[in-house]
Amino acid sequence: MNRADVDTKIRSLIEPFNKKGIAITDQTTFAGDLEFDSLTVMDFVAAIEDEFDIIISMNQQAEIETYGQLVDAVCKLQND
Amino acid sequence: MSQGISQPDQPVIREGDTPDLFSKFDPLIQQRKDLLDSGIEDPFSLVMEKVLSPTSAICNGRETILLGTYNYMGMTFDPDVIAAGKQALDDFGSGTTGSRVLNGTYQGHREVEQALREFYAMDHAMVFSTGYQANLGIISTIAGKGDYIVLDIDSHASIWDGCALGNAEVVPFKHNDIEAMEKRLRRIPEGAGKLVVLEGVYSMLGDVAPLKEMVAVAKRYGAMVLVDEAHSMGFIGPNGRGVAEEQGVIDEVDFVIGTFSKSVGTVGGFCVSNHPKFEIMRLVCRPYVFTASLPPSVVATAATSIRKLMRNADKRAHLWENSKRLHAGLRKHGFQLGTKEPQSAIVAVIMPDLERGAAMWEALLKEGLYVNLARPPATPANMTLLRCSLCAEHSEEQVETILGMFERAGKRVGII
Repeated sequence: MNRADVDTKIRSLIEPFNKKGIAITDQTTFAGDLEFDSLTVMDFVAAIEDEFDIIISMNQQAEIETYGQLVDAVCKLQND
Repeated sequence: MSQGISQPDQPVIREGDTPDLFSKFDPLIQQRKDLLDSGIEDPFSLVMEKVLSPTSAICNGRETILLGTYNYMGMTFDPDVIAAGKQALDDFGSGTTGSRVLNGTYQGHREVEQALREFYAMDHAMVFSTGYQANLGIISTIAGKGDYIVLDIDSHASIWDGCALGNAEVVPFKHNDIEAMEKRLRRIPEGAGKLVVLEGVYSMLGDVAPLKEMVAVAKRYGAMVLVDEAHSMGFIGPNGRGVAEEQGVIDEVDFVIGTFSKSVGTVGGFCVSNHPKFEIMRLVCRPYVFTASLPPSVVATAATSIRKLMRNADKRAHLWENSKRLHAGLRKHGFQLGTKEPQSAIVAVIMPDLERGAAMWEALLKEGLYVNLARPPATPANMTLLRCSLCAEHSEEQVETILGMFERAGKRVGII
């Protein structure tokens, strides 16, 4: 899957969690713009992990602040 | 006429108002201030002026029934336990002033570890100064950089802190969800070290883990398993060894973590294990090595209490009756509870929000009842809870009195 495909998939996965319908760009932050709390993060990460059959540890999550960083991380984890 | 009226505002910048490292606590300081400004008694600075028994005390000047102490077996005032503590104070002094690996291992520390080995029928027991340190020490020492820890999202703070201290890769799964746990174990890279961390009873809602299934899954993926049985020791399982014993999987569990500050009735923490190399932990576990050991009186009271907990079938049966009576009564009054059926000696009453939770807590205190107010972020799903923990020493009449207090307070605050 290339970056554009990963991006499309994650965009559809984020929808149910994007309660305020914020327009999502690579710079959108999870904590600030999307106001994700720790439980939302867990459910959202689980949805991504299941879709791509990968594991994103909390240590890796700590490095991911923006949507763009998440797409990059998933691309990288997929190729590992 | 006041002279001040024509003067413009003169805002004063008080010392401590400039932004510094404490600025991150401002939202919490404000929340606390708002709560106290509404006239409520501070739920987090209660003082017990006098403790009358395991189930009653004078709190903020009132005689109060204690329903939030985790003193499950009521051992704190057991005459044998107290006598053992006094004797140890006389014979060994007030403290060890040293680490377990230097000058801090007395006869009593050996004896309490022997009592634990017998209680759990395990080969090794290691006593820490608190339960928090037991989780912190064992988890951070066995799971290091590059290893994976798979744990329940509702795990206790001491488990999370142990994960962070050891620098392992931390992978949480949805509370008590066997499939979610299995998926995460399956995706861990081959060859990596794996530790699964579970609790027997989860202290916020008082629910029990499906350990039988979860331990089997963990073993299938070659993971070591650590189970925190802090809230089950002494009354769950045929020998009071906890939920893992109750569900028949204690032999598959690599490490059981426990505490002396609940059923045992004092303070301290421990890990028991059958791992053949376990004793090396005494040299490599920093929260064990770099702190002073428990005072002689504490280990003497713990050892006496643990030995008494081995034979207490009547008290255990009464504790379950209490738990069932309180659970059924609260449900009947229309309170929303953390579990459909009572699964442990913890009954969690779910509050609609923090404001009404705090108001209900205060109303109960004025009725003469102490429960724990638990609030986010310590609680699952950002709930505000009134957490009740029963004691084997609560009488049937006390439980009925408690139910009456809940009914009156609940109606006054408008929750039922």
